[in-house]
Amino acid sequence: MQDLSSYPLELTGPDVPMVRFMNVRKTYGDFVVLDDLNLDVAAGEMVTVIGPSGSGKTTVLRMLMTLETINGGVIYVDGKPLTHMPKNGVLVPADAKYLRKARSSIGMCFQHFNLFPHMTALENCMEGPVQVLGLSKKEARERAEELLSMVGMIEKKDQHPARLSGGQQQRVAIARALAMRPKVMLFDEVTSALDPEVIGEVTNVIKDLVTKHNLTMLMVTHQMGFARDISDRICFFFGGKIEEQNTPEELFTNPQKERTQQFLSAVKAAD
Amino acid sequence: MTYISFLSEYGGRFLDGALVTAEQFVCSLALAVFLAHLAGLLLLSRTMVLKAIAVVYVEFFRGTSLLVQLFWLFYVLPLFGVTLDPFLTGFLAVGLNTGAYGAQLVHGAIKSVPRGQWEAAYALSMSSSKRMLRIIIPQAFVIMLPAWGNLVIELLKSTALVALIAVPDLMFEAKQMNSSTYLSTWTFGTALIIYYVFARFLITPTMRSLERIMARRMGRA
Ligand SMILES: Nc1ncnc2c1ncn2[C@@H]1O[C@H](COP(=O)(O)OP(=O)(O)OP(=O)(O)O)[C@@H](O)[C@H]1O
Ligand SMILES: [Mg+2]
Repeated sequence: MQDLSSYPLELTGPDVPMVRFMNVRKTYGDFVVLDDLNLDVAAGEMVTVIGPSGSGKTTVLRMLMTLETINGGVIYVDGKPLTHMPKNGVLVPADAKYLRKARSSIGMCFQHFNLFPHMTALENCMEGPVQVLGLSKKEARERAEELLSMVGMIEKKDQHPARLSGGQQQRVAIARALAMRPKVMLFDEVTSALDPEVIGEVTNVIKDLVTKHNLTMLMVTHQMGFARDISDRICFFFGGKIEEQNTPEELFTNPQKERTQQFLSAVKAAD
Repeated sequence: MTYISFLSEYGGRFLDGALVTAEQFVCSLALAVFLAHLAGLLLLSRTMVLKAIAVVYVEFFRGTSLLVQLFWLFYVLPLFGVTLDPFLTGFLAVGLNTGAYGAQLVHGAIKSVPRGQWEAAYALSMSSSKRMLRIIIPQAFVIMLPAWGNLVIELLKSTALVALIAVPDLMFEAKQMNSSTYLSTWTFGTALIIYYVFARFLITPTMRSLERIMARRMGRA
């Protein structure tokens, strides 16, 4: 087991990031997906992760959602450890109960929406608030309706997912995640499974979130134009490492590393 | 004697028998559904002891004959001082046996609910029991319903075996009437028709409408 004594029990100081990956390592057997990842996301910041297939982008988000356990290092959210919990003055791997509480500050949208098929759009958005946060049905309904209006889905609130288009399902999924009032939102290729003509309705919702709400967001996308428009920072992943990171302007117009240049020109050629 | 007069003389006994068969059916079905879900969930358990109990139960009741299980409960348990009346023994055996098959359906259906559903529920911070009860089982139910349709009909057919421990069900009555009248064609023929009507006009339509209701709940109808 790794020695965790050098990791702080809590992050303190003036600029505590909303998310901090500290020496994070992820392996599957002998295969190292991410090695010694260090990444901070400030409160209210929108960071987009780009990179070739298999570079570990999804894994970064899934580790933050605690859907994957990590094999080294510690992840902190809002100054508190996420993957670990303090015990007798040191960090130990978090147990199920701690994880359930800790991950409630994180919301995630998936490539394939994963709406609950046996519930209407409204019920999907009420499920977490009622069952997890303990809101009354009435409060949860008001919250869900407000969010469904925000994503433009209030007219379809009583429809089941099977009756909705991909773009509509994804917007409901965004509302469902937001209904939990997360501090951090994760978007993993949320437009990749959509028909080209409905991509805009989903990206517009995300743009809205960026401009009108002070959410911290971490996004993986293959849509470079969209990433450039809305991100505060872009991280280019290659082979399980951050090869280069910068503001969108800098990274897209003036990439420093050869691999970044290759990747960006390959993406441009494909467009 | 014509078939009409045969029926008017023995119809009451067919009815009595059919009623007992129906009671056996309902009791063993309730037991089987309960055990199937319990064992199906235990098969997924990470606690080795619980999982082992479920594996042994499923393996034992699927791997041995229902008739032997029935006789074992009826003739062997009393040697250990446990005597159950025939009706109870009958539906216990059929319920235990069908429950073992059902456990595999439940287990398989739960496993075939897409991974994304588990992950979405997890991302909402749902506890594992709520995730199972509110998200996974309702979807697993829809997946396994068609297979249960077959299993329920199998269960009905299995109940005929309880006649062998003298539960006065339809089969038992038919055998009794046959040995006093020697009208095998009519006695067993009538029993066959009653079993068929039960399966074809009661069970099948019920299962179909259940499937329709569930499809509507999923927004698919
Ligand atoms: N459950 C797993 N078991 C083994 N290897 C895995 C598993 N999940 C991911 N990997 C491997 O980890 C690496 C990173 O995967 P990841 O899904 O994070 O890539 P990605 O950057 O999101 O790629 P893509 O753009 O194709 O979505 C890949 O090489 C992948 O094969
Ligand atoms: Mg990916």
